[in-house]
This record gives sequence, structure tokens and C-alpha cells, in this order.
Amino acid sequence: MNFQQLDEMEIATNVSKISQFVTNFRENNLLIGDRLRDSSKLVLAQNDFPTTRHESWKYTRLTKLSQLSLTTTEKINSPVSVPLKSPHVISIVNGNIVDVPSIPGVNVFRLSECSEKQLELVGKHISIENDVFQALNTLYLKDGLIIEIQENQQINDAIQLIFETQESSIFCPIRIIIVGKKSSKAHFFQHFSGKGTGLTLPVFEYFLEQNAHLKVDKIQMENDESFHIATDQVHQERDSYFKINTITLSGKLVRNNLNILVDGENCETNLNGSFLLHDGQLVDNHTIVDHLKPNCNSNELYKGVLNGKSIGVFNGKVFVRPDAQKINAFQSNANVLLSEDASMNSKPELEIYADDVKCSHGSTTGQMDEEAIFYLRTRGISDKSARALMTQAFIGDVLNQIDSEEVRSYIESKLIEIHGWTI
Amino acid sequence: MIKINNLHASIDGKEILKGLNLEVKAGEVHAIMGPNGAGKSTLSSVLAGREEYEVTEGSVDFEGIDLLELSTEDRAREGLFLAFQYPIEIPGVSNVNFLRTALNEIREYKGLDPISAKDFMAMVREKSALVELDSKLASRAVNEGFSGGEKKRNEIFQMAMLEPKLAILDETDSGLDIDALRIVANGVNQLKSPANATIIITHYQRLLDYIIPDFVHVLFDGRIVKTGTKELALELEEKGYDWIKDEFSTVG
Ligand SMILES: Nc1ncnc2c1ncn2[C@@H]1O[C@H](COP(=O)(O)OP(=O)(O)O)[C@@H](O)[C@H]1O
Ligand SMILES: [Mg+2]
Repeated sequence: MNFQQLDEMEIATNVSKISQFVTNFRENNLLIGDRLRDSSKLVLAQNDFPTTRHESWKYTRLTKLSQLSLTTTEKINSPVSVPLKSPHVISIVNGNIVDVPSIPGVNVFRLSECSEKQLELVGKHISIENDVFQALNTLYLKDGLIIEIQENQQINDAIQLIFETQESSIFCPIRIIIVGKKSSKAHFFQHFSGKGTGLTLPVFEYFLEQNAHLKVDKIQMENDESFHIATDQVHQERDSYFKINTITLSGKLVRNNLNILVDGENCETNLNGSFLLHDGQLVDNHTIVDHLKPNCNSNELYKGVLNGKSIGVFNGKVFVRPDAQKINAFQSNANVLLSEDASMNSKPELEIYADDVKCSHGSTTGQMDEEAIFYLRTRGISDKSARALMTQAFIGDVLNQIDSEEVRSYIESKLIEIHGWTI
Repeated sequence: MIKINNLHASIDGKEILKGLNLEVKAGEVHAIMGPNGAGKSTLSSVLAGREEYEVTEGSVDFEGIDLLELSTEDRAREGLFLAFQYPIEIPGVSNVNFLRTALNEIREYKGLDPISAKDFMAMVREKSALVELDSKLASRAVNEGFSGGEKKRNEIFQMAMLEPKLAILDETDSGLDIDALRIVANGVNQLKSPANATIIITHYQRLLDYIIPDFVHVLFDGRIVKTGTKELALELEEKGYDWIKDEFSTVG
């Protein structure tokens, strides 16, 4: 059977996968406004799960996901384990917000307690059109948060957002809106873990006001059966700084949509990612950096290591709009295939409509340098540790972009735990 | 220490070593000279266990062990060291991190506890001083951005750290100026002991002014065709290899 036939079968049996999928979910009554609610419903009525015929899902097959029978739960089984020392912990268990701490310099609101006016931020820069996952999130998310860093406030300790799935077969949509007020500074640590099959569907919306400074470290380490479809939508105003490091250590299928609108002059944007895949995993990073205004810098570095029968996808778009002169935009994606069964689909895309810009992109996918492995082995290092050293060195470029020493060593410890590295 | 007997090895079906014999005893320094393409690097690669080479005949006894049965890493753990003719650059892997891993895996093989961080760093300082390797280079990525001379000194630094029984230096002197040559030779001499041995593969007699060999061998067309003392090296330097070629070329 070829792929074409497979796709047609998918279409034939697809008729109402979405409506089946949502049977056990209850629509929320958040004050998100009729327009957003109605358009979400319309999207779900008129669309089904995307197939590989959709350009942006070309390599990411959702058949298994669409066949899941999921429920939602109010249950919070046990307290979460907290990776970092910082006291600022927001835990979200099975999609339920456990508690909302008070953090000096920060306002935190539950979406369920927000006015319609406050909720105007929901989906502000996201196009919901034909996007079933945005629609699913919007209609079925039980609650979410607006986290507002107050003007001129610098929050030194990381704000930890700890997402844990403690039950199998559950659907966890969540929405976190982060507002960096003028000249504020904060570091967010997102951590996803959990057990069992299920779908985690988080949407993050970041609003960086003038001169705001936000760093985000996103650690995805659910499990070999879990599905995770994340959206991080960023809006930057002038003089702002945004950096996100996305580290994917586990998951059956992980899709990250990272969209950054650089909508002010003199902004800096850094997006780095690393993924380590073993047999049976798929990680798909779709990123968009959209330069709307002049005099900005963006840097993107994604590195992947693929083992066993795993699939990696990288699609990185950079737009430089006509008025956005003097842009420096760099993008690079490099991958190492550790097995013959692994495959990587990498597509960097630059669309430049301004003439005075410096942009570059590059994509490489290769094997491990066997000469280097031999060299290390002649020094008494086993084949396995030689490969581990080389892999760590390879993704080291990305890990070194993480400014927090604590986060870095946490990730290194997880690498040993999950990928059995001996270093 | 090592006894190579009638060694035949080929790559891609082409025979390169054609019945090579060599014995090196503890405490000795042997020099191997020979024209380009004679098979000198092939010999060191085969001894180190490079998998592309197929040994078709012969044996190698290393301290009573059948060397050819061991994996590359176990050969190193048994005390064999190869200084590469062309050291490999390994971006992102720091010299010290990799040497600590190597030392500890060798120690584990011997049933010893890992070396403490303090002892390790003291050792790095001592051994890098021995080859006048800037301690900054010791913590940089392996050979990345090193000059030719620095790469060669880094090989000797690694040798000093790992304290092998038998070191094979494959043209470590090629491309070195006199100062670098002196440093490398000095390092090798200081590490010499009655318990270990060195095989120096070289093109140039001048290295042998600094490291006095007990024996000089000529490797030609996959075999050791002549053995002598350091005077043989002088003779080769003077007369080149043509007379060897004339004398030993296999017809056809
Ligand atoms: N991968 C290879 N395939 C075929 N022939 C090779 C390969 N590598 C080396 N050789 C040949 O083996 C011979 C010996 O090479 P080498 O051992 O490097 O010589 P030396 O170090 O003495 O200069 C040369 O003729 C070289 O061309
Ligand atoms: Mg050679």
C-alpha cells in the first residue's frame, strides 16, 4: 500500500473523527466572547483532523491521535514534583490548576474569574481558521491563567509551570497568557511530564510590552505513549527581548507551533530547540518568526538526535516584511541520525521582502562522525560512552543557550535517566 | 611487550601489510621509517583495531594477550596508545571531559575506583606542563581550532595522561618546527621507563637526535625489510629510499 492510498483511507474513515473525539468533553463557560466561541464551533463543524495532505502536517500523521478515546477529569491525584528550587510554583495536574501562588511583582488571574474584557487577550494573535487544535483548546479548556509581570518588576527566581498528567487517557487543554508589562523581566520554566496515553494541548500566549524581557525554558518529557500539541504565540513590542528553549526528551508525538510576531523596533528574539528521539517517537517543530518592523535580530538554532525508528520534522519560516529593514535573522537546523530507520524532514524557509537585511539559514542532517568515535575508543572509551559524549557535544550548543545553570543540569540529569547516558 | 608475527592486513580487498614481523621489548624505543605508502599508518591502525582493515594472516601478542581479539577500547585499556598522524577534531567534546571519561573507564576495567576531581585536575596541570600545552587548550574542545603543532602536543599530553605500556607515535614529528619537536621529544623521553616501550614512526632522522632509538626498522611494501641501529636512520636520510626500493621491490 502506498501513502496515497493510505491517505484516502484516512479520509474515508475520517468523516466525524472530531465529533467522536469530543464526545466526553464539556464546553466551558469562560467569558471568551461569542465571536471566538462561535468561530471555534464552526472550525470543528467544518474540519476534521488534518491529514498528511495538509502542507503543515505533511510528515506528522495524526491517525493514532484521532482514534484515542479521551475524557477529562477533575482529579488531582498527588502533589507534583518540582524540579527547581525557586518557590514560585504553579502546578497543573490533569489539566486542572492546583493552586495559584502569590508572587511579588506578579498578578495571576484564573481565566475562569476573568471578565470578558480581560479575556480579550485570548487568541488575540492566533488565527483559528481551519485549526482544529486551536478550536479544541478554546472550547474545551477548563481554565487557564493570565500571568502579568508588573511594570518595571524583575522577578529573579524562575516561575515554574509544572504540568503533570497523573491519569491515563485524558485530555488536558490549558491556556496560559503571559504579559510582560513595560520594562519587566522574568524567567518561565515550563515542565511537562506524566504517564499514560493522552493529549496535552497547551496554548501559551506571550505579550511583551515595550522593553520587556522574557525567557522561557520548555521541557517536554511525557512518555512513550503521550501526545502533545503545543502552541506558543509571541507578540513583541519595541525594545523587547524574548528567548525560548524547547527541549523535547520524550513523547510519542510532540508538535510544537512556535509563532513569533516581532512587532516593534530594536527587538531581540532567540529560539532554540533540541530533541532526542528513540524508537517510535515523532517530534515536529514548526516555527515562524515574522519580522514586521526594522532593526531587529533573531537567532534560531534547532538540533535533533534521532535513534531507532523515529521521525523528526523541522519547519522554520522567517518572514521579513517590506518595511523591516536592517534585520539580522539567522536560522540553523542540524540533525544526527543514529540509526538507518530514523528520518528527518527539515525545511527552512526564508521569505524576505526588504532589501537591507542580513539573513541566513542552513540545514544539515548527517550521521555520527565514525572517525571521532574511533579516536575516542583508542583512548579507552567504550563505544557507547563515545556516542554519548558525541551526542551531548552535538546538542551542547543548544543546551548552552539555557542561561540557568540549574535548568541545564536538570536536563542533563534527565538525559541520563531517559536516554541511559553514562556521562 | 609486543610480538607481531607474519601480519597480513588488507583494506577493500587490497593487501597492504604482507607478512610483517616485529618484536618490541619493555624499555625499548623502536623507530620505523619508510617511504610514503609503505604501510606505516596501516600498521598502527591495525594495531589500534580500526575495523576497516581485515587481518588475513598472522598474530599479535601483547603482554601475553591476543591483541587482535580485543576491541579498540580494550586494547587501550590494556595499555596500547596510538598518537594519530592526523588527530581528529571533535567539536563540543572538551579535552578534559573526554580524558576523565577515558581514565575512569580504564580504571574501571582494572577494577580501580574513579579518580577524584582534585587528583584529576592536578594530573592535568602536571601533564600539560610536561608538553608545554597551554592549560586553556586542555579545557577546550578536542583539537578544535588547534594548530598542527598543538594537535601533536595534545596527542602526547593524552599519552602522558593515560600512561600506556606501549605508545605508537605515527609521524608525530611531521610538520613540527624544531621547538615543537624538542617539546614533543622531551615529553616522550620523560615518560620513558623500563616498564614501557615506544614505537616511533617517522620520516625524518632529526627526531631521532632527540629520542635515541634502540632499533631502526625500514618498512617497505608491507614488510620490515631492514633493521639496524640509529646509524641506519642517518643512512636513509642521506640516501633516500630508492636503494631500498631497488633492493626489495617485488617484481610486477
Ligand atoms: N581506504 C583505503 N583503500 C585502499 N587503499 C588504501 C586505503 N587507505 C590506505 N590505502 C593504501 O595503503 C597503502 C599504505 O598506506 P599508509 O599505511 O597510510 O602508508 P604510510 O603511512 O606508510 O605512508 C597506500 O598505498 C595507500 O594508498
Ligand atoms: Mg602514514
